[in-house]
Amino acid sequence: MITTAGFIIAPAQAEYGDIVLNNYSDDAEIRPVIFPHWFHRIRYRCKTCHGDLGFKIKAGASEINMLKIINGEYCGACHNGKIAWAMENCDLCHSAKPGTPTQAHKSSKQLLLAPQPIEKK
Amino acid sequence: MKMNNTYLMSALWGFVGAVTVSGVLAAENPNVFNRLFTPPDKAVQTINDDGIHDPQSPAVGVLQEPKQAFAPLEKSISGNYVDWTKSLKKQQINPLFDYQDPAKKAQPMNLNIVMEVKGSTPDVVFPHDIHTELLDCSVCHPQVFVPQKGANQITMAEIMLGQKCGICHGSVAFPVSDCKACHAGKPAEKKAANKETKK
Repeated sequence: MITTAGFIIAPAQAEYGDIVLNNYSDDAEIRPVIFPHWFHRIRYRCKTCHGDLGFKIKAGASEINMLKIINGEYCGACHNGKIAWAMENCDLCHSAKPGTPTQAHKSSKQLLLAPQPIEKK
Repeated sequence: MKMNNTYLMSALWGFVGAVTVSGVLAAENPNVFNRLFTPPDKAVQTINDDGIHDPQSPAVGVLQEPKQAFAPLEKSISGNYVDWTKSLKKQQINPLFDYQDPAKKAQPMNLNIVMEVKGSTPDVVFPHDIHTELLDCSVCHPQVFVPQKGANQITMAEIMLGQKCGICHGSVAFPVSDCKACHAGKPAEKKAANKETKK
């Protein structure tokens, strides 16, 4: 932990595999998305999303936007009010601190390439 | 009696003092015994305080906490600190194979691929079994791995930078710190094999 100019800066300690998606959110002035990968893998096998639904295995690579979700692609295949809760619960996905970059949280690559620390209150 | 009380009180204060002093020392001592970058109790915060969720977000308090979800599952040494394979085999989790048809089951392929490794490091034993439990062939073949034995040269550097096995292992599946999970070949057999090649 480093203390500089009154701010305590510490690396974020969220769960391994929390995927942050911020392709468009900051520009649209809404909180970036946090996709809890660990939550979904408890309930579905990898194949359902990365085989059947076409999710690319890289954070942000599927370039998901709300139009695709409304059309039943990607998240919209389940988050339609039938299998899982529907997309009107904006805040449940769009829950990251504004400005959080797209990332696979705590991934080896992220740890090796030393991401910018996130300000902690 | 009064004597006893005094002894008791001084012993008590001595104890409190010792606790306080050691507590202060622990907080200020830069050489506290800790081999890990992050102490285990600080490894995963609550969603409210994990550094990426906005504490102001209405999602806080609604979303499931990782600690709660992982409590009943088998433990491991890294990543989510959950042994996902054991948890699946013990049916502590029952993830669906098809999101529309809960009855559809995986058809695992029982084939281990042994990849020879330089030096004394145990060989890699890649189990198709658990991977086909979770995945379709087409997720890995042929884009990531050529489906031919010996055709895929993989380095640890590539894995740690998110290539080959590292596409999943090191971002969502157990990371490279769990060496023996992949390097599972028997060292004794390996040594014997090395001697034979030298002859």
